[in-house]
Amino acid sequence: MRFTRPAYIHQRAARADEVADSSMVSARVSGRKGKGGGLVIRFESVSKKYPDGTLAVDRLELVAPSGEITVLVGPSGCGKTTSLRMINRMIEPTSGRIWLDDRDTATVPTHELRRGIGYVIQHAGLFPHRTVLDNITTVPELLGRDKKETRRRALELMERVGLPAHFAKRYPAQLSGGQQQRVGVARALAADPPVMLMDEPFSAVDPVVRAQLQNEFLRLQGELGKTIVFVTHDIDEAIKLGDRVAVLQVGGHLAQLAPPAELLSDPSDAFVAGFVGRDRGYRALGFAEAGRLPVRKEHAVRLGGGLGEARDAAEDGWVLVTDAEDRPQGWLRTDRLPEAALPGPVTAQELNLGGTLAPETATLREALDSALSSPSGRGVIVDGAGRLLGTVTASEVLTRIEQQRVADGRPPARDAGLDAETDVGRDDGEGGEVV
Amino acid sequence: MIQWLNDPGNWTASGGILDQLWSHLQYALFALVVATALALPVGLLIGHAGRGRWLVTVANAVRALPVVGLLILLYVMLAPHIHGRGDTVYLLPTEIVLILLAIPPILASTVAGVENVDPAVRDAAAGMGMRGGQVVRRVELPNALPLVFSGVRSATLQVIATATVAAYLGLGGLGRFVYDGQASQNFAERDAGALLVAMLAVAADLVLALAQRYTVSRGVSGRFSRRTLVGDPVATADAPPSTHTA
Repeated sequence: MRFTRPAYIHQRAARADEVADSSMVSARVSGRKGKGGGLVIRFESVSKKYPDGTLAVDRLELVAPSGEITVLVGPSGCGKTTSLRMINRMIEPTSGRIWLDDRDTATVPTHELRRGIGYVIQHAGLFPHRTVLDNITTVPELLGRDKKETRRRALELMERVGLPAHFAKRYPAQLSGGQQQRVGVARALAADPPVMLMDEPFSAVDPVVRAQLQNEFLRLQGELGKTIVFVTHDIDEAIKLGDRVAVLQVGGHLAQLAPPAELLSDPSDAFVAGFVGRDRGYRALGFAEAGRLPVRKEHAVRLGGGLGEARDAAEDGWVLVTDAEDRPQGWLRTDRLPEAALPGPVTAQELNLGGTLAPETATLREALDSALSSPSGRGVIVDGAGRLLGTVTASEVLTRIEQQRVADGRPPARDAGLDAETDVGRDDGEGGEVV
Repeated sequence: MIQWLNDPGNWTASGGILDQLWSHLQYALFALVVATALALPVGLLIGHAGRGRWLVTVANAVRALPVVGLLILLYVMLAPHIHGRGDTVYLLPTEIVLILLAIPPILASTVAGVENVDPAVRDAAAGMGMRGGQVVRRVELPNALPLVFSGVRSATLQVIATATVAAYLGLGGLGRFVYDGQASQNFAERDAGALLVAMLAVAADLVLALAQRYTVSRGVSGRFSRRTLVGDPVATADAPPSTHTA
């Protein structure tokens, strides 16, 4: 149960300002933010009221710090898209100001303002009559930049967003949704704007492509360091992508602005708590590094090895199978093997691929998931090259979670009394640890 | 009729088929150029601004007027104000009628063409910093072009067919043969005239179809060469384009 704490929100807002100021200063002084750098976007008591009386955004105070991804998230009608579109004045605020560094956006001619801001929208909105390359060069062309240089840069951008060069001459109708969105991102980046606005750019593609686009987007942002405002209705996407997440409430109120981990561990009120979802405790583990997990040695057998040998190595009826380079391939169930099959080799077809693998640098969530998803109950931990290090059990990961809670000064979450803990605690000293 | 058409004298004589074909084409072309020059920009503006759609309705209503009636009315109204200058007194009402006939299809299809442009595409155009005029010229017109062409082509068919009435006021054009043949009961001449009008209309449509092919972007018309579609390695892991099946 969470309670509303209005005073707390103010505190947070004040803190958000500090964060923004400090990063702004550091970006200016040290110039450490990529080549594009990034401007600070600041909403100063911005409201939008439509002629029919609907209040879409209500005195929004928000800072999107330089070089960071600020995600606006909230249910339909919370004014997140309106807020975004007010930055490049696709929608004019009714009152208040929006600043890009020390420039009041209202004082800049709209077309000039927009040419300096990358803009990516849900269905990409590519120009159907222009080729991929011509789409990408749109803004540099509007700015009258050198054609040859623009073309060269466009081809380079295509590579960066994962489009092969021979796509340059294609038309949008010849591309899949995910490919179109890549072009959309390249087009927004073509004039190297310091600021990018992204309005649900990945929500119209299927989940697999979406995850892929999200990961590549994060990698790209790591290289470019733009100031990005990103709108989504998907809290998981917000938590995955955002350096900071602004949760908006219907009617255009800012309910909370916080880094994702804080949003999950400490939602400011009942609305935010409800919005971030039921399994937030579990998802918060995704932000906590597991550190040195007690990894136990696992007796694995090689693919192609004898089934009889595999049965002897098995523990609780399951044995892990690796390839010649020690990379886990799957689990083999040995307690149901017919006697007649024992002289035969271990083949890939018989393997259970159910378990996920966790890297040695895993978050607690990855480690726990590895254990929970494994058919044997033993989660597989691998090194950077994908080679087997050992296994952990769910109770061992839980012990680590408890330890971290204690280290953070929070009471351990145990109530049900996990008996296994004491045993695991002993194991902790003896078992081989991942270094 | 075949016989009449096969007589070389009927083609080359002064006032023969070639002369009248040329006049006919001139009447029609002039009307089409003026109508397009009026209807296209207005249509683009209406489509872009999303306002003034009533103009399309008004233009369409004009189509309901009977051509010959309108022609006579205009002649009677204009004749007293025009003095001398040869055929002007006949040409002006004829061209006005033809222009009025050509405007509605061009206007309506241009407006529809612009309105059909994907809202996301227009949003992106404005959001990237195109000014209003740039959005119209660089994005809305190229994407509306197939519909604009369909309007111009339908107007062309109608204007070429209707330019026959120029002869009603004593002007030239292929209508000359129709009216003269009817009056002198030379039905071969009359039918040949009608056939020539129809053939001219079809020929003009073919020319426009060719022009359309070369001006409309392949990205809009969807004419992609098979080479870029079949057996093409998709390097990214994204789903292959749906046009593969096309």
